[in-house]
Amino acid sequence: MRLLRQPGFVISLLVLLLVAVAIVAPSLLSTHDPYLSVPKDRLLPPSAEYLFGTDNLGRDLYSRVVHGTALSIVSAALAVAVGVVVGGLVGLASGFLGGPVDFAIMRLVDVLVAIPGILLALIVVATLGFGPVSIGLGVGLGAAGSFARVMRSQVLRVRNEEYVEAARTLGARMPAVVFRHVLPNAARPVIAVAALELGTAILGVSALTFLGFGAPPPAPEWGALSAAGRDFIAAQPWLSIIPGLVILAVVLAVNRVARAIGGER
Amino acid sequence: MSGALLQVDGLRVDYSTRGRWKEVVHDISFEVPAGKVVALVGESGSGKSTVSQALIRRLPENGRITGGSIRFAGNDLVRLPERALRKIRGAQIGFVPQDPGSSLNPLMRVGEQIAETLRIHRRMPRAAAAARAVEILDEVGIPEPALRASQYPHELSGGLRQRALIGIAWACGPQFVIADEPTSALDVTVQRHVLDQLDELVQQHGTAVLLITHDLAVAADRADEIIVMYQGEIVERGATADVLNAPTHEYTRRLVAAAPGLREGRLVPQVQAGEESALFAAFRERVAAQAGSSAPSARAESILEVRGLGKTYGVRGGSFLAADDVSFAVPRGKTLSIVGESGSGKTTSARIAARLVQPDAGTILLDGEDITRATGESLRQLRRRMQVVYQNPFGSLDPRMTVERIVAEPLRSFRVGDRSSQRLLVRELLERVRLSSELADRRPGELSGGQRQRVAIARALAIGPELMILDEPVSALDVSVQEQILQLLVDLQAEFGLSYLFISHDLGVVRQISDRIVVMQKGRVVESGDAADVLGAPAHEYTRELIAAIPGSSAVSG
Repeated sequence: MRLLRQPGFVISLLVLLLVAVAIVAPSLLSTHDPYLSVPKDRLLPPSAEYLFGTDNLGRDLYSRVVHGTALSIVSAALAVAVGVVVGGLVGLASGFLGGPVDFAIMRLVDVLVAIPGILLALIVVATLGFGPVSIGLGVGLGAAGSFARVMRSQVLRVRNEEYVEAARTLGARMPAVVFRHVLPNAARPVIAVAALELGTAILGVSALTFLGFGAPPPAPEWGALSAAGRDFIAAQPWLSIIPGLVILAVVLAVNRVARAIGGER
Repeated sequence: MSGALLQVDGLRVDYSTRGRWKEVVHDISFEVPAGKVVALVGESGSGKSTVSQALIRRLPENGRITGGSIRFAGNDLVRLPERALRKIRGAQIGFVPQDPGSSLNPLMRVGEQIAETLRIHRRMPRAAAAARAVEILDEVGIPEPALRASQYPHELSGGLRQRALIGIAWACGPQFVIADEPTSALDVTVQRHVLDQLDELVQQHGTAVLLITHDLAVAADRADEIIVMYQGEIVERGATADVLNAPTHEYTRRLVAAAPGLREGRLVPQVQAGEESALFAAFRERVAAQAGSSAPSARAESILEVRGLGKTYGVRGGSFLAADDVSFAVPRGKTLSIVGESGSGKTTSARIAARLVQPDAGTILLDGEDITRATGESLRQLRRRMQVVYQNPFGSLDPRMTVERIVAEPLRSFRVGDRSSQRLLVRELLERVRLSSELADRRPGELSGGQRQRVAIARALAIGPELMILDEPVSALDVSVQEQILQLLVDLQAEFGLSYLFISHDLGVVRQISDRIVVMQKGRVVESGDAADVLGAPAHEYTRELIAAIPGSSAVSG
């Protein structure tokens, strides 16, 4: 594998491996109880004992970041899943049916894409209530428009392939044509876009949790951790900066690996 | 040294796949005398194109020359520095590429592309080069050369584009031109005109040509000498007449036998002996009874009849009459062929008959029953009786499915048998089209063009149709493979009593399989009748032109 000779790609893979462990078994990585406050150890700078320092309640920031991974990434993954499924089906219907249906759907998608994603997500969260699930839904809906466009363009390409017409002349019914031939052949680029979109979704989810729309405290979502450090930004800047850097690193790693999935080197 | 212009000695070329190097051209030696046309003939994968690319060191990135020498005008092209070689390419050695569709820059006017060569090699000033480009277009027989020079490649037909490419190859008055399958993407009639043009340039300029082709008949018409390549080696060489009349190598004999232009008459079915399961016997009985050459007299005489088909397509700035009052009838158990060049309306007519395109006028009768307006489920049920095989075996098979799923698809669509009986039938069908049943788990990407077309035929056969509509089923294939597929079709017809509607631009192919022939030109039927009559005593001028265009015809008569 040529990719494995590229340090950037290898580092990205390692970061994602750490993220995966942090989601499945956070206690393997964490050094302290993320919810236990030790009053005498308040607002300590990073040290060997507390890797990322401690917060104003004397909790270990590193352990909180580790335990917050699942909440943050799962919301983002949910967002991508919602985007792929909703956007994919809309794009599939639009591309396959064509004509006035296609026109109507795509104009609605234009409207959807014109609304800033974060605003759309805020509307959804405000309607459904706070929490990681509604954040996932909100961010996902914001991403659905671009998935619909990608899927539609792929379906338009595949729909005119000879094997699709051949399937019809072989007596295949419409659903069989769509799900056996069109969808599998149109899906690959959509999957590549989905992988890229995961990074964006992590940013979106973090932004919303930063604003306080996520799980209620003391849940250690990354955005919320960063937000909590705002009050101490002058004296203890690491409280905000370190969770921010973690988000940055994960998003960069996701993008690097996603580009590889998309076929880039 | 002899008087050879180009002398290739012990050439070896390696290709790497997944990091492993493998030799594909083994120790090839030949020479091209000045002013002669030498044809390099072989099937896909024989290494003939690799040789042509190696001659000007234009191998793809994963190829390399590992031995031998290529002497041209006092230089060894294998060892010449890239800078010096660049002066030779285009100036002393011209190259006519295979695909006129993608070999011209779509964003540059045709005239500019010819002028570019002149300006690079001849250092001609811009205006002189532009004027000379128009002259060159005129010399290669392009009408209205000044207009064409100012057009973009997409505004030219395939034949005109290939002429422009020939013009580029000859622009600097080269001593030697390599023509890599210059006409295999073109219709036979266009092919003839383009090759005539090539001949004329050879005569006028005394240029030596290395003509790469898979079609022995083309080589027979045009070359002074023929070199036959097979699996990276030269298996035969000699003067054209000697190679054709007294081939010494087994492979050459097969090629001579396969060339459609070099043989006469319809193929005879060869009975396949062999065991078959009860399942397949039942399948065959069912199909044969349905298609029945021994049909009860109550049935219509023609399996398919179309009357007065009309179809007009709207195109930019007007309309295009694709089919105008087209009528024909496919006799039961026989083959009717529609022949004509691109734009003659033959494919449109076939697609209307297959109920893939809605006609503006006319009726379609399948076994006496009007199917012109069938829709929905009744149209779907028609597919059991009428199947289509497409021209392009690379496009008509779903790339993500295994061969087994592809062939089983019609069985699944019509719920014929259960999983295990479908599996069994698929394997037997594959054997029937002479494919190893081991291929059942492969995907189309792993198969050759000929193998894919066999899969497509097996798929069409699976549901047991009475009629197969074959839209140029062999024109994307090598000549030797063409012949095998045609033989297969003839055998299947005899075994199952199938009727064929066969579409082709190549009368040489058509005469191997047809009982009746319909000749179409510009959307109209210009001649129709029994194959022997149409071929033996063509009544229409256009039919005579098509007959003359069959490659190899001059070699046979002369």
